[in-house]
Amino acid sequence: MNNLLGRLTWDDVKLFEVFEEFSIDSAVASGAAWVAVLGLVAVLAWITLARRWVWLWREWLTSVDHKKIGIMYIILGFVMMARGIAEGVVMRTHQATALDGGFLSNHHWAELFSTHGTVMIFFVGMPFITGFMNYLIPLQIGARDMAFPLLNQVSLGLTTTGAILVMASLVLGAFETGGWTAYPPFTGADFDPGPGPDYWIWAIVLSGFGSMFSGLNFAVTIYKMRAPGMHYLRMPVFCWTALCTSILLVFALPPLTVAGLMQALDRVAGFHFFTNDLGGNMMNYANLFWMFGHPEVYILILPAYGIFSELTSTFAAKRLYGYTSLVLATMSIAVISFCVWLHHFFTMGQSPTINVAFGIATAIIAIPTGVKVYVWMATLWRGRIRMTTPMVYMAGFFILFTIGGFSGIILANPAINWQVHNTQFIVAHFHNVLLPGLIFGIFAGIHIWFPKAFGFRLDERAGTITAVLWIVGFAMTFLPLYVVGLMGYPRRSAAFADPAFLPYMIVCLLGAFVLLAAFAGLFVTLWISIRNREALLVPLGDPWDGRTLEWATPAPPPHWNFPVIPEVNARDAFAREKAEGKPYVVPQEYRDIHMPPNTSSGFWVMLATTGFGFGMTWHIWWLAVASVISILVWYFIHSFRDHPEVVIPAVEVRRVNQAWIEAIDLGKPITRDHETGTKNRGYAATDMVIAS
Amino acid sequence: MRRIAEKLMLTSKNEEERDERRYYGIGLILSVVLTVASFASVMTGLLPRPWIFPALVVLALSQIVVHLRIFLHIDLSRQKREDLQVLLFTLLLLGIMAFGTLWILRDLAHRMM
Amino acid sequence: MSTQENIHPGMNLGYEGETHVAELKVFGFWVFLMSDLVTFGLVFAIFGTMVGATAGGPGPEDVTNLRSVALQTALLLGSSFAFSWASLSMKYHETRLRTLGWLAIAATSALCFLIVEFLDFRHWLEIGAVPQRSGYLSALWALVGLHGLHVFAGLLWMAAMTGQIIVFGLTDIVKSRVTRMGLYWHFLDIVWVGIFSMVFLAGVA
Repeated sequence: MNNLLGRLTWDDVKLFEVFEEFSIDSAVASGAAWVAVLGLVAVLAWITLARRWVWLWREWLTSVDHKKIGIMYIILGFVMMARGIAEGVVMRTHQATALDGGFLSNHHWAELFSTHGTVMIFFVGMPFITGFMNYLIPLQIGARDMAFPLLNQVSLGLTTTGAILVMASLVLGAFETGGWTAYPPFTGADFDPGPGPDYWIWAIVLSGFGSMFSGLNFAVTIYKMRAPGMHYLRMPVFCWTALCTSILLVFALPPLTVAGLMQALDRVAGFHFFTNDLGGNMMNYANLFWMFGHPEVYILILPAYGIFSELTSTFAAKRLYGYTSLVLATMSIAVISFCVWLHHFFTMGQSPTINVAFGIATAIIAIPTGVKVYVWMATLWRGRIRMTTPMVYMAGFFILFTIGGFSGIILANPAINWQVHNTQFIVAHFHNVLLPGLIFGIFAGIHIWFPKAFGFRLDERAGTITAVLWIVGFAMTFLPLYVVGLMGYPRRSAAFADPAFLPYMIVCLLGAFVLLAAFAGLFVTLWISIRNREALLVPLGDPWDGRTLEWATPAPPPHWNFPVIPEVNARDAFAREKAEGKPYVVPQEYRDIHMPPNTSSGFWVMLATTGFGFGMTWHIWWLAVASVISILVWYFIHSFRDHPEVVIPAVEVRRVNQAWIEAIDLGKPITRDHETGTKNRGYAATDMVIAS
Repeated sequence: MRRIAEKLMLTSKNEEERDERRYYGIGLILSVVLTVASFASVMTGLLPRPWIFPALVVLALSQIVVHLRIFLHIDLSRQKREDLQVLLFTLLLLGIMAFGTLWILRDLAHRMM
Repeated sequence: MSTQENIHPGMNLGYEGETHVAELKVFGFWVFLMSDLVTFGLVFAIFGTMVGATAGGPGPEDVTNLRSVALQTALLLGSSFAFSWASLSMKYHETRLRTLGWLAIAATSALCFLIVEFLDFRHWLEIGAVPQRSGYLSALWALVGLHGLHVFAGLLWMAAMTGQIIVFGLTDIVKSRVTRMGLYWHFLDIVWVGIFSMVFLAGVA
């Protein structure tokens, strides 16, 4: 029996730890395990009671529709974000009591900051941006689906695998304690034989394959599937940022995979890549990890830049100022982001020449980012700005992100970096760019595209309050860290000795509660909007006087996106059509549409890779081997089967499209100033459009 | 009439096949020559020692170019441009990464003593 | 007549239907190979940083058997070449047998490559050149092993393609898959050029 379960034993089950030996620390650990288990049980029970299993399977889990896959990514992101934020609040509570030691054990504290970082980067940030790119790319370039719909589903499965493994570490065993970067030899077998680093490795490597395949899929989709007439320089800016992100995904994930697998070989097979002895070189790991790590920063932030660009031009009702500069800036960021990785380890001991070279490269990458800030400013300048929720996020982003960017430029100087490295200053810096940058962008994007995806808008008042809470909460939680960082408070330390830090830590704690409220605010907004959805319906599909092709479809768009593939002859194609007074053209002729068939492949891949990762983590070798063989066999059988496409008859396409066109003909156009009112049904008045 | 057309088609197809075969043949011969040269430079000792490594690099790179050109059909024609672009971009990034790694780690080597 | 649009790198195998889909897939596969190329390149770079890290254990001279490496090179190049012959017969001849024959030659040659490589591995184990011995040997085993694993995966793929040719005949889908397989196969040959030059030949030079 013991052999069958590898090294997994009853003692590894965290649920009962608190009953065996009570302490606040074990109560927090067991409590988290219970929350995870009960949460899962509650969800499963709810699905069963609501009799939603068949629906869930048919409509979602087996769907290859890029829109549904995108939504599932975002849901995954929110689930994981709940965990990440809860961990953040626990950590802040600990720190507020950490003068000469807090209530958590050192080990548990280290586990918390490691999972928090891993979860937030890989299983919140990545699913969010992947979800957005999934949802928007085909709609914006005028395609029906991704280039490889099946691969898309498999990518989702792999990402979920990683998330499941990280969640499993909450209940069985423990996560690693070396931070989200998991530097060996600290995470090597000599110092941490336990399952923690193995959880990390397999969660990261398996979900990394998923991200790489997503990037490949998006890149090929954008390269090859743009609607006729959509040249590169007519693509919406979001697609440009998505293209650059995809390229980064394809080329930046290999270093991570290589580092992760070498680390696994070290741990499992006794290799000497990163060990202390016998010629191992742990500096290779730092080097490999950050060769991924730095492009990763831009993988996360570029799509958010895209969202902010779309948003400024939509809500300022102006064409984006400096489109070409923005595109060039995005491309330069994509390339330069591969030339700066060393600034994450300026202090490793290489000669000053190398530090200076990478310091200069780092300073250079600030230039294209600066270009973007100017582009957004110039777009807003003299625009007719509507202060909707997305614009509130934008305002917060603008100021806070610029502060974060400046702190980054400060850090680009190796001499200063030596002074503040490994202090809270760094923590302040990267939260300052990722939270107002990535997360605000995502939430602003959700406010904009939620009506597109679900057919009704989100409540504006609740949304704005939530946005303000995020901004205030962020400022309270993270800006004080700049100060304590400069005062010398090391990051990742479980306790501090200098009472001068305490007031700041208390402000941070209050800020963390505000952030928790802000996170809850998102769900309150959703709940209010669902209750009130009759008044918020926008079935006609264009609630914000949108400019790009996705707004020229009903909300939610039909499975096939476009009845006929649109012809594009300008940038901001839909805005141009509206300006010329001829949007919503009725197609001359409808044709049958061929769509890829549903498949359960992604689901089985998820199960098998989870089995593999779990088996490798707990040394359950039979499970790992069986999982690999089952994937190979499945793939073999799959390749021999015929997968007939689903044909949607022209009559059906015609019926759906005509119904929508007729509804528009009957609908009342709404001017921009009234778009947040209850009369907005998603039909923007064309008289006020300024195309140029 | 139709039969003649078919026959013409067939011969042109045969010729095309012959051309392609010849083309692959050239690729094979070039690869063999370059490989033999690589092995010979090490095994025969004809080449002065300091020249061996640069020679190996040059020979390997030329063989890679031969493979790309002949077996993978990468060329400068319009329809292959995107593939070539992707390849060149990859080589650029790989160059940055590999060069950076060797540069940094060699510099740090004395720390491993 | 004879010149149809040549799609993508690689062999234009003369399939007509679903050209756009096939082109997408081949291009996507090309991008995948580029990502794989970065992976190999990084393992090469790591190897480069660990050449000296023998920790007193077996070094390049002990593990390099140039005759065996030459034999492996010949076998892999032969396999690659046989594969292009298989593609040509697929393009110009309707009969499956010819294609299958060349595929069988390519597969046998690759199998022999793996066997010779395995004998090398066994020799390394005998002389104590195990990956657990030193950083250099870890990197060596990882690099050569990664390539060997790719070749092994290619063999599985070839087996699947053989089955598909027998079951389905030379349909467009099968041809498109063989195109991609060809890219993969030649790509592995390119990686091997790097390995025999930079790992083995440069190791003993």
